[in-house]
Amino acid sequence: MRQAVDVLIVGGGHAGAQCAITLRQGGFAGSIAIVGRENEPPYERPPLSKEYFAREKAFDRLYIRPQAFWAEKDIALILGTEVVSVDAQAHTALLSGGRTMGYGQMVWAAGGDPRQLSCQGADLAGVYGVRTRADCDALMGEIDGGARRIAVVGGGYIGLEAAAVLTKLGCHVTLLEAAPRVLARVSGTEISTFYEAQHRAHGVDLRTDVGVAALIGEGRVTGVELTDGEVITVDAVIVGIGIAPAVAPLTAAGAAGVNGVNVDEFCRTSLPDIFAVGDCAAFSCAFAGGKLMRVESVQNANEQANCVAKAILGEMKPFHATPWFWSNQYDLKLQTVGISSDYDQAVLRGDLAARSFSVVYLKANRVIALDCVNTVKDYVQGRKLVEAGATPDIGALADPARSLKEFNL
Amino acid sequence: MTNIHVIGLDGAEKIISSKDGATLMEALRDNGFDEVLALCSGCCSCATCHVYIEAGPSTLLQCMSDDENDLLDSSDHRQPNSRLSCQVSLTDDLDSIRVRLAPAD
Ligand SMILES: Cc1cc2nc3c(=O)[nH]c(=O)nc-3n(C[C@H](O)[C@H](O)[C@H](O)COP(=O)(O)OP(=O)(O)OC[C@H]3O[C@@H](n4cnc5c(N)ncnc54)[C@H](O)[C@@H]3O)c2cc1C
Ligand code: FES
Repeated sequence: MRQAVDVLIVGGGHAGAQCAITLRQGGFAGSIAIVGRENEPPYERPPLSKEYFAREKAFDRLYIRPQAFWAEKDIALILGTEVVSVDAQAHTALLSGGRTMGYGQMVWAAGGDPRQLSCQGADLAGVYGVRTRADCDALMGEIDGGARRIAVVGGGYIGLEAAAVLTKLGCHVTLLEAAPRVLARVSGTEISTFYEAQHRAHGVDLRTDVGVAALIGEGRVTGVELTDGEVITVDAVIVGIGIAPAVAPLTAAGAAGVNGVNVDEFCRTSLPDIFAVGDCAAFSCAFAGGKLMRVESVQNANEQANCVAKAILGEMKPFHATPWFWSNQYDLKLQTVGISSDYDQAVLRGDLAARSFSVVYLKANRVIALDCVNTVKDYVQGRKLVEAGATPDIGALADPARSLKEFNL
Repeated sequence: MTNIHVIGLDGAEKIISSKDGATLMEALRDNGFDEVLALCSGCCSCATCHVYIEAGPSTLLQCMSDDENDLLDSSDHRQPNSRLSCQVSLTDDLDSIRVRLAPAD
């Protein structure tokens, strides 16, 4: 095995895999290694709370490339191995197992790890995050073993998707959200209220404004004690309260960043010859008024990876990509474009009762984002409004009979 | 097994074969067509798996869902024979179809 590589990619998830693929596609002739903590070759994560979890898609359809691809392209996969420390001056990385590996350039694509509860009992058996195949398989094993009463802590996309699948599988789900509404971090109130109602209609016991005081059990979780004193009996608990970016070795090596590692417009960290991409990279986002932020999506991971691969190939182009995201729950297809967090006005188009509508978010009269539920047309046309920073007439915008295309002046 | 003739972005034609039950997108991804990004992994949410059907049964262009049709409108390169490859399940009757990759938007 080589002791030094030209490009060392840390993390074999969406961003790491794409970076290697684009490098080879672009004719990069140097050596490439991906060091990844998981034992699996790169695979897609979104199905872990959707089709794979629902057992509608077998795992072998999730691989980003067939097994043979990596060897054919001379991309070394060093799996089940972590980078534990980095010496940026010497250009070396220490791997778990004790091996030191030299690199010309490093791409840090390590994603994040599920945040854990900090309350008593958080480390009991039967408590799961949903980030990896191993997490998902363990959870599916619980269900096969008879677990039916499941508490989901956290009403973000992943918690809600998991709740939708579990309900379909015949589980009794209690969903606990500490904020006054679900999806509070990413969507406006219309979307939150709508999704809360949909989940309740499917039998989810969905509660907001409620915290977890403790997890109860002898070795294994059997109950969730809420901040209001109630105790819910459970067979298993899913914790979906966000991720902590996996950047400790980089930060220890001196990389700047508080929430993840900071990168510039070419995804370069403050350390020489070290890029960072994907969920762990904080950048100044043009779609959020230049705010320094991390974006957790497949789109962002892929496009940042491409930006870095191109930079390594000598084609420096600043990262600028329209953020988009999707989430499937029950028969609801949610598509999001732009970043809504700073909106000052939200305009509803369409009929909530018909379960097909969109919400257009504006800031200072400009369209900054859309959430589209079962309305692909608005998503497609609204994306252009976000990209153009369009300033449509609000009254007309609210009329679903008018197509969003009209406002793209 | 289904055989598919694929014309890449460089114009070169290649014959690939795929397991029954896979989608056309999966077949392309697994046979070296790295240009097919397929970012949403087949959820019909991204339109980055766009292809043209050059030859095949006419039903192949008639069975499109509204979602797929609307999503295809996002492409500047849409043609009457456009499909999202993740929405095409490879079945026996599709043996020997010819598809061409659409340029990225
Ligand atoms: C259940 C679930 C559903 C999702 N659904 C959607 C969706 O519908 N749409 C969407 O756009 N996005 C979705 N996402 C988010 C999307 O999957 C992430 O944004 C994407 O995976 C980010 O890619 P990444 O490469 O940055 O990180 P990851 O894909 O997480 O890859 C990072 C890899 O690095 C490894 N690693 C960490 N530390 C080290 C180290 N020190 N050394 C070596 N390896 C290390 C990790 O184990 C991991 O394998 C979902 C995520 C999850 C978990
Ligand atoms: S892969 Fe996204 S629409 Fe086909």
